[in-house]
Amino acid sequence: MATVEKDEFTGTETTGHEWDGIKELNTPMPKWWLYSYYACIIFAVGYWVIYPSWPTFSDYAKGMQGYSSRAEHDADLAAQRQSRSQWTEKFAAMDVSDLGDDHQLLDYAMAGGKIIFAENCAPCHGNAGAGAPGYPVLADDDWIWGGTRDAIHTTVSYGVRSDHDDTRASEMPNFLGDEVLEETQIADVSHYVLSLSGAASDASAAERGAVVFEDECAACHGEDGKGVADMGGPNLTDGIWLYGKDTAGINAQIGKPRHGVMPAWSGRLSDVEIKLVSLYVHSLGGGQ
Amino acid sequence: MSGQTGPVTPAPAPLAYDDEVIRKFVVATIFWGVVGFTVGVLIAFQLAFPALNLDLEWTSFGRLRPVHTSAVIFAFGGNILLATSLYVVQRTSRVSLFGGSATAHVIFWGYQIFIVMAALSYVLGYSQSKEYAEPEWFIDLWLTIVWVIYLVVFAGTILIRKEKHIYVANWFFLAFIVTIAMLHIINNLAVPVSMTGAKSYILWSGVQDAMTQWWYGHNAVGFFLTAGFLGIMYYFIPKQADRPVYSYRLSVVHFWSITFLYIWAGPHHLHYTALPDWTQTLGMTFSVMLWMPSWGGMINGFMTLSGAWDKLRTDPILRFLVTSVGFYGMSTFEGPLMSIKAVNALSHYTDWTIGHVHSGALGWNAFITFGALYYLVPRLWGRERLYSLRLVNTHFWIATMGIVLYISSMWVSGIMQGLMWRTYDQLGFLQYSFIETVEAMHPYYIIRGLGGVLFLLGSLIMVYNLIMTIKGRVRNEAPMGGQVTAPAAAAN
Repeated sequence: MATVEKDEFTGTETTGHEWDGIKELNTPMPKWWLYSYYACIIFAVGYWVIYPSWPTFSDYAKGMQGYSSRAEHDADLAAQRQSRSQWTEKFAAMDVSDLGDDHQLLDYAMAGGKIIFAENCAPCHGNAGAGAPGYPVLADDDWIWGGTRDAIHTTVSYGVRSDHDDTRASEMPNFLGDEVLEETQIADVSHYVLSLSGAASDASAAERGAVVFEDECAACHGEDGKGVADMGGPNLTDGIWLYGKDTAGINAQIGKPRHGVMPAWSGRLSDVEIKLVSLYVHSLGGGQ
Repeated sequence: MSGQTGPVTPAPAPLAYDDEVIRKFVVATIFWGVVGFTVGVLIAFQLAFPALNLDLEWTSFGRLRPVHTSAVIFAFGGNILLATSLYVVQRTSRVSLFGGSATAHVIFWGYQIFIVMAALSYVLGYSQSKEYAEPEWFIDLWLTIVWVIYLVVFAGTILIRKEKHIYVANWFFLAFIVTIAMLHIINNLAVPVSMTGAKSYILWSGVQDAMTQWWYGHNAVGFFLTAGFLGIMYYFIPKQADRPVYSYRLSVVHFWSITFLYIWAGPHHLHYTALPDWTQTLGMTFSVMLWMPSWGGMINGFMTLSGAWDKLRTDPILRFLVTSVGFYGMSTFEGPLMSIKAVNALSHYTDWTIGHVHSGALGWNAFITFGALYYLVPRLWGRERLYSLRLVNTHFWIATMGIVLYISSMWVSGIMQGLMWRTYDQLGFLQYSFIETVEAMHPYYIIRGLGGVLFLLGSLIMVYNLIMTIKGRVRNEAPMGGQVTAPAAAAN
């Protein structure tokens, strides 16, 4: 059955086999293909000689260079640290409150803080600290926990209601759930709180609410409602709202409050990185 | 083997082949193809517009993505491999299937049940979290049984063949079936939490698990999407071009080179990870050595057209087949390139990888599948010709434009992404945050999605064309290339 034929078009002989009408030519392998194949094999063997390659029973061939990707990675990081050290040493040695006076250092902190913020903080606080519902704006001068460099540094380091021992923590009481206030009282207080920033409100309700405010709210938010940063009591007079700017939002926050959490960055970012990003946040618009 | 010495004409089929099951596999291929492409388009747009996740767990990207990959690889690709391998092995062995039609139907229904179980389990949130091996243990066991029956039927048919030699397509099909069995079993070894629960834990842990996974993952590409589809190529290109295979010797050498070298290439998926350096070296160098063996298939595909290139003017089916070989050559050049550590340091984890995969999946696997479907349907349903060759041509160009949009947008997006990740300013700070890279990629995600829409549209044209063909209809149209090459079409 094996009948070798000559293919008319190419002049090449077939192998003589046929399957369902398919024949095969006996063309030699293309030279360029074969030599390229050899070249790849030679490249591979050369690479094995130079770099770590074949395993043995308990070890592996180390290669002429003694290359290790881990060592290369460590060397890269060490070089990076070295090139930054002239800056990082200064940042490590100084308190964050003193760092703002040196313009060169401040420029460096802006460059570094920007990317640290974008990678770590922007997911909640928005691009350049623009904020989002439930996540404070960092570009205004309303600071729940204080807007000095030191205060910002502390908040970044230890977080708010985080799992760190030194965390910032405050808790708006659950006035409705714990039956401290009636729904009507809460509505009155909402009107009063709205009136503090000059927002439209029911005057008589606000008057009744003022009494409730003095008893229940002033301790944390201040007699004048301007907030107490040391206790994390937000300023209620500036028209800046975390969870909603109308009576519904304020009622909800009094009746069944939400408590946002910010992680502690100490241990996640280096001490120098925390200083850089604190200075950056301080510069966003409202630093005190 | 007796008589029949001189004449060139192929012997008439000596017996009726088992074609009923092939018809079923063909229909399944078409159905799952459209499903897979549709889900692909959806998740492509989910990346551009996250609202399309619909805020439902069942339609989130994380659950639909494996539905897409499994549908196109295992359902669309798997069914065409089953269809063509069982079609080709009968004709090139001149026997009907070992085990008969009933056993073949067990494979068919068993495999479809596997697909449905896998897809449902992903949507409902069950996953082994292994890429391309997401199905949980009980689905894996089911597939193992089906696959072993497939191996027995295929190998059995070769054993009872009436041809002296085994045709090259069958070597590739057999390598595919055997290797996939081995990969599937070893990568999926797991301990179920309970015999009545879906959850299991993989036997391997840590870097061994990662290595086993990518040994599996890369060879799923190597033996499912390469070796198996080369089997398709080795039958359908010479048949459609009506030319002898270019070089028998090349087919021998590149077959054994591919089977030997491919199995080592997996570690290139784990460059610069906890995987030991020596393993990374072997993964990279074996990938580089794979370049020419892969191209051996491309050369044999292209050069088989020597003396028949003019047919491309009039035969859009051949266009699909030949273009698929072109994309195969391109992807198998790009693959070894991306396995080189210096290149991989840029390309890894970026959209470049997605573009690379799709130039292979859309350009090579899907195109050769379309070519094979257009070849098979008229023959399997006893029709004189396709409903419309011009619609095949329309499908070809729409799909080609879709692929070009897809892969070029992913090249640009991926390389840009990789460069943005590694850009530092003079002070040593990263220049771009992660979210900035995502914003920059947004336009390319839309272009990619549009490419997918075109590809899906083309496949729907094919569905229409094939349904009309099965119905026995013939479209009244001018022949391709302005020449009448076919015998007089059935008057209507």
